[in-house]
Amino acid sequence: MANTSTNPSAAVGRTKASSLSAAVPRIILYTVLVLFCIYYLLPLYVMVVNSLKPLEEITAGGMMALPNEWTIAPWGSAWSTAQIGVDATGLRPYFVNSLVMVIPAVALSTILGALNGYVLTKWAFRGSTLLFGLLLFGCFIPFQMVLIPMARILGLTGLAGSVPGLVFVHLVYGIGFSTLYFRNYYAAFPTELVRAAQIDGAGFFTIFWRILLPSSGPIAVVCIIWQFTNIWNDFLFGASFSDFDSQPMTVALNNLVQSSTGVKEYNVHFAGAIMAALPTLLVYIVAGRYFVRGLMAGSVKG
Amino acid sequence: MSMTDMGGRPGFADRLRDALPKLVLSPSVAIVAIFVYGFIFFTLYLSFTDSRILPSFGWVGWQNYENLFRIRAWDTAVTNLIIFGSLYIIICCALGLLLAILLDQKIRAEGFIRTIYLYPMALSFIVTGVAWKWFLDPGIGLEAVVQGWGWESFEFNWIKDGDMAIYTIVIAAVWQTSGFVMAMFLAGLRGIDSEMLKAAQIDGASTLALYRRIVIPQLRPAFMSAFVVLAHMAIKSYDLVIALTNGGPGTATEVPATFMYSYTFTRNQMGIGAASAVIMLMTIAAIIVPYLWSELREKK
Repeated sequence: MANTSTNPSAAVGRTKASSLSAAVPRIILYTVLVLFCIYYLLPLYVMVVNSLKPLEEITAGGMMALPNEWTIAPWGSAWSTAQIGVDATGLRPYFVNSLVMVIPAVALSTILGALNGYVLTKWAFRGSTLLFGLLLFGCFIPFQMVLIPMARILGLTGLAGSVPGLVFVHLVYGIGFSTLYFRNYYAAFPTELVRAAQIDGAGFFTIFWRILLPSSGPIAVVCIIWQFTNIWNDFLFGASFSDFDSQPMTVALNNLVQSSTGVKEYNVHFAGAIMAALPTLLVYIVAGRYFVRGLMAGSVKG
Repeated sequence: MSMTDMGGRPGFADRLRDALPKLVLSPSVAIVAIFVYGFIFFTLYLSFTDSRILPSFGWVGWQNYENLFRIRAWDTAVTNLIIFGSLYIIICCALGLLLAILLDQKIRAEGFIRTIYLYPMALSFIVTGVAWKWFLDPGIGLEAVVQGWGWESFEFNWIKDGDMAIYTIVIAAVWQTSGFVMAMFLAGLRGIDSEMLKAAQIDGASTLALYRRIVIPQLRPAFMSAFVVLAHMAIKSYDLVIALTNGGPGTATEVPATFMYSYTFTRNQMGIGAASAVIMLMTIAAIIVPYLWSELREKK
């Protein structure tokens, strides 16, 4: 986003001599913006602060206060000893499940998306736009529509309740968005370069490998981040198609929090929630620009 | 390579080369054909059958749909979706627009503030649900904290109150998505022609009039996108409801997505579950198809 601001008031402000009366609106403006920052950060503050204090401090009504006694015990408990389902395993095995699920699913859907985008823009054929529309519509359907047959198919193929089964499901429903990203990106890539290479005798894959792929870095990052965030954060497929051994992090976290046995260990719940949030949050902090681009491409379409 | 069989019929290698792009596309097309469209038809078909615990193919016509609309829980789910969906869309758009306009005033550290407004979008709805579930819990959360500060009569127990619980889902969902809507409007604001604004300013239009008459009308495409994205997210809402209230108290926060899941997989009424999924699909399709149609046509 460039600095071409549309703000009329700033332009007006420049024509007048800056005075105290001109500064007052700016102070109000910044105050409002900071208040909203507090609003967005509050739940994160609550999670972090309460994951670092003993349970008694929370139940005594001190949710908003800093810990009197700092402790990392809730983190240890959430990671390796908390009761989830039948076993007291902590969230660690489920964190591993999510990693093992997300890496191949992201890699495969990104590769397929890149190839699809290449074909749909540089080798377009009659009906390819319609075909793309049909691929894209698949991203928006309510997945309740596919739960029943997918459960059957996974059962029949022996993939039910396994991490490979989840990888497959995420791959299938991730293709639409990754195709969208690469298609829109490659559409802006000069087709003359592709035609020139063709005349020089370069084939389909050579052109892709030598000409398009080297300049695909930014969109690949956008696509990988989007798929990673989506698949890591998925709950519906994880809840529907996994069993106790293959549950992803989101499902395990929900089980931890909803479990009705014993004392509710809020501090452990908050620590677990941060663990589930950390991978996507880190990606967002490191590569937020690309994350936003992905979001926008999925809605406003570049 | 094609030089070798000059003049003759196109050889195998040539035909392969011509078909290669379509061959590369075909696995994806096949996958989507089966797992999206095939499955849609399968579920559509099931919604007209007597399926209970497992798919079964005894045709019952519109029976499941008739039953569906007689079930009190479905009625609750649809009412909740209307309340949740409309408040969610209206509040997100209003808040998003306000924040975008405020951020568009040549703010120092704009990028930093934007990052803070938008980070909830990176979180899982389950995480958001857990955070808000305990923050809104009257026993330990906001109510207990404010009472502890000395305001003894302060009450905020919506999450435990069947009539108000649906609004807690609005609160959490708005928190998660409004930053995203802000980003969409901000992108729209940055695309507005500044010459026009300067001309209007010279004519002596006030700031308020500028926004109302010129800026906001030009944000129509951003409003459209925001509406489509938010409406489709509202209809698909499942994770957040499960994590925040688990559909309760009682069935007070049941929505179509949770209804479909429980009727299909725990109450063994698969036919009715399929019918409810079909209605969800129709609702989303009514919003998405015209949108995709116009977007893809413009591109040409």
